[in-house]
Amino acid sequence: MNDRIKLVVIGNGMVGHRFLEAVATGPAAERCDIVAFCEEPRVAYDRVHLTEFFSGRSADDLSLVAPDFYAHHGIEVLMSDAAIAIDRVAKTVTAHSGAVVPYDKLVLATGSYPFVPPIPGHDRANCFVYRTIADLEAIRAASATASVGVVIGGGLLGLEAAKALKDLGLKTHVVEFAPRLMAVQVDAGGGALLRSKIEALGVDVHTGKNTQAIEAGAEHVHKMRFADGSEIETDILLFSAGIRPRDQLAREFGLDVGERGGIVIDDHCRTSDPDIYAIGECALWSGRIFGLVAPGYRMANVAAEHIAGSDSAFTGADMSTKLKLMGVDVASIGDAHGNTPGAREYTYVDGVREVYKKIVVNADNTRLLGAVLVGDAEDYGNLLQLKLNDMALPEFPDALILPRRDGAPAFGLGVAALPDAAQICSCHNVTKGGLCAAVGAGATSIGALKDCTKAGTGCGGCVALVGQVLNAELAKLGMEVCTDICEHFAHTRQELYHLVRIGAIRSFHELLARHGKGRGGCDICKPAVASILASCWNDYVLAPRHAGLQDTNDRYLGNLQKNGTYSVVPRIAGGEVTPARLIALGRVASKYDLYTKITGGQRIDLFGARLEQLPDIWRELIDAGFETGHAYGKSVRTVKSCVGSTWCRYGVDDSVGLALEIEHRYKGLRSPHKLKFAVSGCTRECAEAQSKDVGVIATEHGWNLYVCGNGGMRPRHADLFATDLDKETLIRYIDRFLMFYVKTADRLQRTATWLDNLEGGLDYLRQVVIEDCLGIGAQMEAEMTAVIDTYQCEWKTTIEDPEKLKLFRPFVNSKRGDEQVVFVRERDQIRPAREDEREVEPA
Amino acid sequence: MSSVTHTEPVHAKPAPGARAPRWVDVCALDELPFDAGVAALLDEGMASECQIALFRIEDSTEIYAVANFDPFSRANVLGRGILCHIQGEPAVASPVLKQHFSLRDGRCLEDDGVRIATHAARVSAGRVLVAAAAGEG
Repeated sequence: MNDRIKLVVIGNGMVGHRFLEAVATGPAAERCDIVAFCEEPRVAYDRVHLTEFFSGRSADDLSLVAPDFYAHHGIEVLMSDAAIAIDRVAKTVTAHSGAVVPYDKLVLATGSYPFVPPIPGHDRANCFVYRTIADLEAIRAASATASVGVVIGGGLLGLEAAKALKDLGLKTHVVEFAPRLMAVQVDAGGGALLRSKIEALGVDVHTGKNTQAIEAGAEHVHKMRFADGSEIETDILLFSAGIRPRDQLAREFGLDVGERGGIVIDDHCRTSDPDIYAIGECALWSGRIFGLVAPGYRMANVAAEHIAGSDSAFTGADMSTKLKLMGVDVASIGDAHGNTPGAREYTYVDGVREVYKKIVVNADNTRLLGAVLVGDAEDYGNLLQLKLNDMALPEFPDALILPRRDGAPAFGLGVAALPDAAQICSCHNVTKGGLCAAVGAGATSIGALKDCTKAGTGCGGCVALVGQVLNAELAKLGMEVCTDICEHFAHTRQELYHLVRIGAIRSFHELLARHGKGRGGCDICKPAVASILASCWNDYVLAPRHAGLQDTNDRYLGNLQKNGTYSVVPRIAGGEVTPARLIALGRVASKYDLYTKITGGQRIDLFGARLEQLPDIWRELIDAGFETGHAYGKSVRTVKSCVGSTWCRYGVDDSVGLALEIEHRYKGLRSPHKLKFAVSGCTRECAEAQSKDVGVIATEHGWNLYVCGNGGMRPRHADLFATDLDKETLIRYIDRFLMFYVKTADRLQRTATWLDNLEGGLDYLRQVVIEDCLGIGAQMEAEMTAVIDTYQCEWKTTIEDPEKLKLFRPFVNSKRGDEQVVFVRERDQIRPAREDEREVEPA
Repeated sequence: MSSVTHTEPVHAKPAPGARAPRWVDVCALDELPFDAGVAALLDEGMASECQIALFRIEDSTEIYAVANFDPFSRANVLGRGILCHIQGEPAVASPVLKQHFSLRDGRCLEDDGVRIATHAARVSAGRVLVAAAAGEG
């Protein structure tokens, strides 16, 4: 008996890929032989974030397919090959290449195509759509000789496309037939505000425009003529006037399709042929096409489960959306237009902060029907849950959208009230029950929950809510999350920072006396407080009251190695060093017989310095023009750079110059953990800035800023934070970013983990740094200036003070060194002797 | 710094029945840093020579002496560790791998099977005196 299933999938977009994942990791994985058609030359990628292709993400970055995923699961993918015929009797699919592929079950995931209105001239050169990476590559190529771009269509995708044109440096217009932008999701009030915000960003918006013809232009490639007699000239035209389901195969081979397109499916995503399924934007369920990725994913799961023998069903999907368009928050929930009979509305407009919020409630004022949020979408998560779970509204529903200025806590839904089935993350279909189970199984931080459930890793809109579920569940389980830093302080690092800053506390013992408990302190709180004191006041770290607090590296201003000796790293800012300095460095290394190695941060590490040698070594290095490199501190380390436009054929800007400026600006800043920077002179990214805490990459129009990357044990790709910045803005953002990290991070928490655990994530960080939503921007800049103004080379200060030099005596009562430190030679340099070599072969 | 008087902390008293210690003058109390440690040589040049780590609680006359040798990293580094109070007990954290050792009895707080030598220590007339014969433990 053969119970194997020959499964064929046509289409390898986001939904097609999700289906393959669901089958490959589902119960029927072992029984399925899978063939997938992929018409494009690359496997599934993230179309939702397609715009980021223009702001630095590569096609590889956008890929959704883990390397070797298909090979590993035995899935055969027919690349660059389209299905052109289905024989439903013989049960075969014929490929464009001529291959004939048999199936038991066939899944159509053909997606949609962009609708191009039949305006005369729509097929001229330099007219594009915005759907695939190939489209984007063509647009980018055309933009090289263009100065103006027009997007036809002011919907969600049209505004995304407009951002892309703007990122390419074009003067950008949006032309919309309807009287407002995003007419489907947003009402008139929200649309007006959205328009003014987008115009403020330098995009011209033309609504109520009926394009009659596209002709040759006088000054630009095209001239668009509108019904009202007006005209616009442009070099590039981009159609984004809606999508249409790709249902051609279904039509040609006799499957039922809807009157206005779309392959008709039942609740199990089956078409009119029970062996053929359709999922995603090509499918028509209950007369509706779902043009969002979350319902498509749901269909993919339903179809995969049904093929594996379960009875799961698609029951429709909520079409609420929250997104950020050109930096403007927009969200729409349910009946945004108040079309339900008897519906009533509450509206809040803040003309100064440019915020528009509306909620639509039922006639009884007890249930939420819909909402529109523009300019501030923070309430989205709460409102969506109220709507989806049909929960009772508070007595005065306007409290849901009114600002809270009296210090009252933000309106919280009380996540305890949510049913377990409530969907918290719609991108990955994670329910409250799923989150609670994960918390119970040990995922007790936001970062851990994200890792194991994927919640909050799609659009990120639900992260605040995930945090509320986490805290409520921890409280319920009686798991007190002890955030005390140690037994001596019932405070978090963040609280200690504020106590130090606000109380103007200048020493550990003062802090312990005022806010601590017990006596002494320990190796957790002492270095943490030393770091906070340094971040705030930047006193000399070896001042008598501070020296004993420092970890050994800071206490002896060197990096302790396994045998008790230290390594020495002078600053080589930006990795730039003159031959004379390099020779001087070599002389010192040679004189003291130090093991010498080039570091990953473009400097030179000298190993094997005994405690008592450190001051002499540093005196010679300082005389040669070096200063401390702070390699021993939890502080700013290096700013790695490529040679940039000064030397490189491809360089766009002076990366070394900027790296030097940044390194000298932030050197010596003490922080919760070490900080690494890099500056690349072009998108080839030779300085690897996207793996750093702060990375900067030159563009044609300025600098792109990346944050919170990390190499090491758990690599994290940095997030693109802001694009095309001038230098002044760039520096301001970095000032604020660093200070906000210093203020709020946990001890020994790198920026990558910090961001993963920051409620509100990257969006919130942007609000704090770019939009200054907390109103602390100027204060953080002033605090940074204070640190910069009090910079000192700690080694210079140390060697000038005979009292300080006493610290480097190996013994308080003898001039001898530690004779038990033994080196042997290997490859012409020293290394610590192993235990078995100690007696035999002293260096 | 507070004025120094002759004191003999309780912990420095030799155990009953132990041989009378031979007190060695190591250094001036002023040489010990505030709430931190320092290394010293005991019996320099003699057969009994050994490295010790001295710790002073804040700027008091409460001082402790233990071996400078860290049994985990096998390096002479404990004098460079951070002075801690763990549940009220004075201890030093190894600067290499961070294990804690009690300054009272030398036991490793993370590993019952490991213990470092301790020496009685006291302050007399502004001088730090350490018992040359290792104490119990």
